[in-house]
Parts: sequence; structure tokens; C-alpha cells
Amino acid sequence: MSSEMKGFSVMVNRRRLLAGAAATTTLLASPAIVRAQGAALKVGVLLPRSGAQAGIGQDCFRGVEIAGPILKANGYPDLQIMSADTETSVDTARSRAEKLIADGAQLLVGAFDSGQSSAIAQVAEQKGIPFVINIAAAPPITEQGYKFVFRNFPIAGSILSDAFANQKEIFAETGVTPKSVVFLHCNDTFGTAMKNGIGAVFPKANMPYAIKETIAYDPTARDLSVEISKAKASGADALLVVSRLNDAILLTRELVKQRWSPMGILSMGPGWYEDQYLKTLGKLGDGPLSFVPWYDPNKKLSKQLEAAVEKKYPGVNLNLNHVYTFEALLIAADAYKRAKTADPKALADAIRTTNITENTTAGPGISFDAKGQNDKLKNVAIQNRGGKLVTVAPKGSTNAKVQWPMLAYDKRR
Amino acid sequence: MSADIYLNVAVGGLLTGLIYGLMALGLSVIFGVVRVVNFAHGEMMTVAMYLAVILFANYGLDPLLMMLPIAVLFFVAGYLMQLGLINPFITRPEYMQFILLLAVAIIIVNGVLIVFGPDAQTVQTSYAFDSFAIGPLIVDATKLYAGLAALVVASALFAFFRFAPLGKAVRACADNQIGALVVGLNVKRLYALSFGLGLACVGAAGAIIVLVVDVTPPLGPAYTLLAFVIVITGGLGSMSGALIGGVLIGLTEAMAGLFFTPSAKSMFAFAILVLVLLFRPQGIMGQKLS
Repeated sequence: MSSEMKGFSVMVNRRRLLAGAAATTTLLASPAIVRAQGAALKVGVLLPRSGAQAGIGQDCFRGVEIAGPILKANGYPDLQIMSADTETSVDTARSRAEKLIADGAQLLVGAFDSGQSSAIAQVAEQKGIPFVINIAAAPPITEQGYKFVFRNFPIAGSILSDAFANQKEIFAETGVTPKSVVFLHCNDTFGTAMKNGIGAVFPKANMPYAIKETIAYDPTARDLSVEISKAKASGADALLVVSRLNDAILLTRELVKQRWSPMGILSMGPGWYEDQYLKTLGKLGDGPLSFVPWYDPNKKLSKQLEAAVEKKYPGVNLNLNHVYTFEALLIAADAYKRAKTADPKALADAIRTTNITENTTAGPGISFDAKGQNDKLKNVAIQNRGGKLVTVAPKGSTNAKVQWPMLAYDKRR
Repeated sequence: MSADIYLNVAVGGLLTGLIYGLMALGLSVIFGVVRVVNFAHGEMMTVAMYLAVILFANYGLDPLLMMLPIAVLFFVAGYLMQLGLINPFITRPEYMQFILLLAVAIIIVNGVLIVFGPDAQTVQTSYAFDSFAIGPLIVDATKLYAGLAALVVASALFAFFRFAPLGKAVRACADNQIGALVVGLNVKRLYALSFGLGLACVGAAGAIIVLVVDVTPPLGPAYTLLAFVIVITGGLGSMSGALIGGVLIGLTEAMAGLFFTPSAKSMFAFAILVLVLLFRPQGIMGQKLS
């Protein structure tokens, strides 16, 4: 034995060894407490960053990339982001959620899509890890009695109720009302939930138009000419749509090619306000109205987000993908700050008592009901105008006057 | 619904079918001669589509004009690929060929994802939104150009195999490999030529299809599957079968969308496949299985 080792053995006497062992045991037994003393919360972010929804998944991730400095500037603790790509697949979403948890994620955020979010919710509940949904509207997700699943996004019924109210406001303001619409919807989980929602909400909404025909289509379809041919042949005045990004672009192209300019496009989902839609179609992308959950441009945090997006992604408009993904992280950081621990149950309890009023989205703020749903969110009507997005309804939240009916396609080229 | 819609949808389906046919033609050429099933078919086509996008975005070159240069480039790539990569696998069990080409497919999908990202890439030609109105019939200009280009390419290929001495040699090799060897044909070179021709079709198809479909990395596997449905329906190894299969699937999808529901379009295409497999397993134009 060397002299140094002898010296070490002298220093480490029995009492010191026991004290060290006790400290080590405490450290191992209470990792969450130690982490709360400054370590970042490990947040697994699941998004469809490849596959059919890749464009929107990547856009959502912009909300993650701008979040760090803004949260820090507002006094929230650090988050360590663990990113996973769901590949626009429910099965992959499930397996990636399991992998993130196995790799040490203490809270999950995601996943833009209702089907994928449902799968992640099952995993989160099973493993007892809090899951904050950024975007997903299918009602059943928060109707399962889950204790670890929270959603800061309106459900289909709420989106539709507000959408119909905002539409009536626009028709009344302009004096131009469609007598009939054709309803085109993608047939994925979200599209089907919205279709079912319309079945329930529309009869009570006392709308001035009738739905002449309902056409379901595959959102991954490469050709939507038949869909538009059928819609055109229905003789409806306007289009009511629930779609995704690529299909929204395809539908617009077909409208132009088939020389049909409806009175307007009333969208109640993603696609029509996305930057890629605006950039791909240019002038032809102007006009559609989207009735969606949105941000309140007058809130302080919204202005910070707008500035951050403008700085990091010049030319990109702040949209709901960024805002709701950011708010999911805001909820996580706020819960971690208040819980002072990364213990999943304590985090879930903290999220349950969330009361954030300094947020970005339209409505009074972020809080959750007994089901884990933020039921106080408000939806607005936005319109594509010259490559930008303006808010046109409801009254009090607008920053532009609506253009209705929209300009015919053949008058723009 | 007025009668116009049936005519419009049928013409649209026919033009889409012609493009489908050209896309599947390369698969049939390769299998017909080399007896290797190209499981990376759709993925290779997406490479041609991305190439057309790059040429258009950077140099403003119209994909229809670039069809020939891209086809030549793909011919060379196919020729070299056959000699260097595929040839050693020709005599090996089919599952090895399957794994090899599946690996190529996965590499291509992930490669284009890394290089181009997940966003849909598009070619906005000056005629991208044009259409021709002939009475009540409205024909999509890009689909019409693409359909006509598909016909030209398919005709050139048919003519080559029918009239050119080299084309006849390839057919001889496909009919009887031993016989071809006996009469002194260089079978390895003919295999490479066939693989090159198959990929040239893929290249031309990619340059044409990018006019009507935005390209994304996951498009490759979807088109591989579609190509299989078409060539099995038309008859694996039959060039006319590929074109007929393409038109049949294109028309079936369009009419199924019109008469039933658009979301069931693919289901009807697969139903045709099942019916063909049940009642004519060799495909519409295929030779009877021994």
C-alpha cells in the first residue's frame, strides 16, 4: 500500500465513512429534492417532426426553441429539453414516449395530433409522468379520468361553438351570408372528432347556412381533384374545411385549376394559416378565414414571443403552433417552480393548481378543471392577408377588418 | 350532380393513371429482365423529384425539359449500380435482394430527410395553376403535360425494345438467359443496361410527377407500394401491363372517389389488386404462371 493510500485510509475513519454513506443514500433516495436545488427539469417533447405532419411538427418545435430565454427572463427555472420525433405515427408516438421516460424525462409535452397525443397520454398515465398536451382537440383525451394528463388547448366542441359565433359576427358585419356550404374534412382522429363535433354543435348553433354535402378525405392523399370536383358540383356557396397543411395547399391548387372561387373558405383547423401555406401559394393563399385558438396580441408575453420569433426566424409569423407549444413548456416550468421538486406526483399536483394569468393565448389565462382541461380558452377568427395573418373576429380582439367574400382566384393572377 | 363531373373526373383519373403507369414502368422493366424486384423504386423516384426541384429553384429549368437529362443521369447511375451493387445478388436468394434494396430505400429516405428536411418541396412553373376549358370539360394543364410526357417516354421505350437491336437483345436475355449466353450475348452488360433503363424511367417519371405532386421524404415508400399495386395488377414484367395497370388504378381511384367516398380511393385500388390476384394471378397482361 502506498503512503498516499495509507494517508487516505487514515482520513476515512469509520465515523466519516458512515456519514458519507448516509449522505450518499439520501442523495440517491431523494434525487428529486436535489434536482430542485437548481437542476433543470427534464422535459420530453414529442412532435411529428417527420412524416405527413412534419411541416407543422417542425413549426411547433420553433415554440420550444424560443422558450428558454423567455422563460428565464420571466423568472422560471431551466428546462432540459429531450426531443423525440413521433414520425406522424401513433405507434411511434407511444414507443418514443416510453423511451423518453426510460431515459429520465420527468414531464412530457406534445404532440400536436389527437391520435398521437392519446397514445402518449396512455403511456404517461401508466408510468405516472405528467403529460401536458400542446395541441390536440379530440375530447376523449381528457374524458378518461387520467390524473397525469393536462390539456391547454380547446376541445373540438369549444372550437366549433366559437367558430360558429365568429362566423355569424362576420356575416352580420359584411351583410354577405352563404346559404350553403360543403364540408370537407380529413379523416384522421382530429378531423373525425371535428366532424362529430359539428354533428352535435351545428344543429344548436342556428347557422344561416345549410351543409349541402360532407366529404371525408385522406390527409396524406397526393391528389384531391376528385374532392374539389365533388364539392364544386354540390353548388354550395362556400367551403367549410377541417384539414392539415399539405392537403390545404392541394385543395387550394385544385380550386384554382378547376376554376371555382367559392364565397370563402371557413377553416376550423390547421393548414390554412401556416407559413408554408402562405409562402407556397403567395397571392392565391390570401382570403381563407381560420377559426382557431390563437394568441392575444396585446398580452405582454405575446409581444415577447413575437419579437423572439421575428429575431430567430425572420419572415415567420407567430402562430398557434409556436404559442401553444411555448405555453405547454410555460406550464411545466411554472409547476416545477411551485412544486420545488421533479417528483412526478408533486408536479402533477402543481399543474392541477396552475393559475397563470401572464400568458399569451386568448382568454383569461391558464388553469385546469378536474379533468385536466383548460376550459377557459377563447378562439378567434384570423384571415390571410398579403402573406400576414390578421385577427378579424370577435369584436374587441380584432386588428383588421374582414374581407368577405374573398377575392375570386381569377382576379388575382 | 351534372354529367360534366363524371367526364371531368374520368379525364383527370386517366391522366393520373398515365403518370402512374410511367412510374411503374421502370419497376416492370427491371423485373422483366434482371428478375430483381426494386424495393427502392419509389424512393429513387423521389431523388429524381428533388433533383428537378433543385434545378428549377436554382436555374429556373422546367422539369419537362429536364426530364431527358435526369433520365440520362439515372440511366448512368442505374448502370453502375447494377454492375457494382445488384449483380452479386442476382444469383442469391430473393430475401437477400429484398433486404439489400430495402436498405437502399431506407438510406435514401433518411438521406433526403437530412438534406432537404421534412417540408414539402414544390415546383411552381408558370403553368402550375393553368387549366384548359373545352366546353364543360376542364383539364388540368400540368396533368395533361405530364400525361402526354408519360406517353412519349413509354412509346420511346416500347419502340426501343421492339425495333432496336440492343432492345431485342435485352428481350432475348429476358426470355431465355441461357440461350442468350449461348448465342454470345453479354448478359451482365444487358442486365446493367436494363437496370439503367429502368432507372431512366424512374428519373423521367420523377421529373414529370413533381409537376403534379409536392415531394416529401415519406413519398418514396408510398410510391413503391403504389408501383407494386400497378405492376402486379398489370402483370409483373410486362411493360404494356404497367401502363394499363396505371391507367386502371388511376381511373378506379378517381371514380371510387366520385361514386363512393374520396377517403376510400386507395381501398378500391387494393380491391382491384385482390381481384386480379384471385382471378388472374399473372396480372392483366402477364404471362400465365407455370
